Amino acid sequence: MASLKELKGRINSVKSTQKITKAKQMVAAAKLRRAQAAAEAARPYAERLSGVMASLAGKVSGDSAPKLLRGTGSDQRHLLVVVNTDKGLCGGLNANIVKAAKVKARALIAEGKDVEFYLVGKKGRAPIKRDYADRIKKHYDTSNVRQPGFEEAEEIADDLIARFESGEFDVAHLVYPIFKSALAQDPTVDQLIPVPAPEGEGTGGDAVVEYEPGEEEILEELLPRYVKTQLFGALLEREASEQGASMTAMDNATRNAGELIQKLTIQYNRSRQAAITTELIEIIAGAEAL
Amino acid sequence: MALHFELVTPEKLVRSEDVHMVVVPGAEGDFGVLEGHAPFMSTIHDGDVQVYKTEGSAPETIEVRGGFAEVSEKGLTVLAEHVEG
Repeated sequence: MASLKELKGRINSVKSTQKITKAKQMVAAAKLRRAQAAAEAARPYAERLSGVMASLAGKVSGDSAPKLLRGTGSDQRHLLVVVNTDKGLCGGLNANIVKAAKVKARALIAEGKDVEFYLVGKKGRAPIKRDYADRIKKHYDTSNVRQPGFEEAEEIADDLIARFESGEFDVAHLVYPIFKSALAQDPTVDQLIPVPAPEGEGTGGDAVVEYEPGEEEILEELLPRYVKTQLFGALLEREASEQGASMTAMDNATRNAGELIQKLTIQYNRSRQAAITTELIEIIAGAEAL
Repeated sequence: MALHFELVTPEKLVRSEDVHMVVVPGAEGDFGVLEGHAPFMSTIHDGDVQVYKTEGSAPETIEVRGGFAEVSEKGLTVLAEHVEG
């Protein structure tokens, strides 16, 4: 059995760990509210954009459609854009994202396609490198800004579109977590490029809409913007998911630490009592011997 | 007798209000939108969106960068990439 001093040391160390997890939990709870509000605020733009896209994409089709909508005509080379968090302490979130990405990669490789990775965020690097070290194209670092905003999404999208235009890949998929609640974040795989025609009613309705300059020119402007919006949405979802997962994980950690402290305290008290009893017996036995 | 005007950026919904007229810096020239404008869609260039709250009032200018404007029966929607201020 551990000595009294050792037990005391362990109790203190667990207590200070508990303080850290508790602090992290409260920080995550506060940040979660902000991240959720940001995700909420970004929704109108995305909604209106896909509405306009839907009404335009139906009108421009066939060979005249821009490359971003039409695709390169082949689907041999795939690029997986995996959005991970930059910081840990958020439970199984990153493991789940990586798992979803790997499942997708395996399925594509089994079909005989070429798969490459484009990683956003720090935490996906190590686990993906372990399996597909030679397939990683680029790491995009988001850890140098406090909260990734539209500028970052823009940068990633511009980079991706430039790579697409130069023919580095045919199809891009976006792997990111969708924030359901603080308890559930679902990793999702969406096709990013070529842009899938959004479903739903166009905002224009049946009315004849006039376009300036022309449908194709507008669509050509719209598509990169749509990709940006998708990436921006993914970054916002990631932010909310990270804070949600972190809050839950830290709540569990705090509770576990509490239980451990209780158990150790009981053990500590028992050994203290045992030591006192032994001492008493020794004294009594000594007195009787006289 | 009012035009529903919405100004949206990726970050948030900047404006959503009923106004008299809005002048938008279209790619092929500025255009004014009043209530009952025909359905119309245009890309916009960097410049000022002028919002006239009521007829004859001084316009309020909002600087926008990149994006496009859409006029439907529901009103005018400006989707801008950035809004200054």
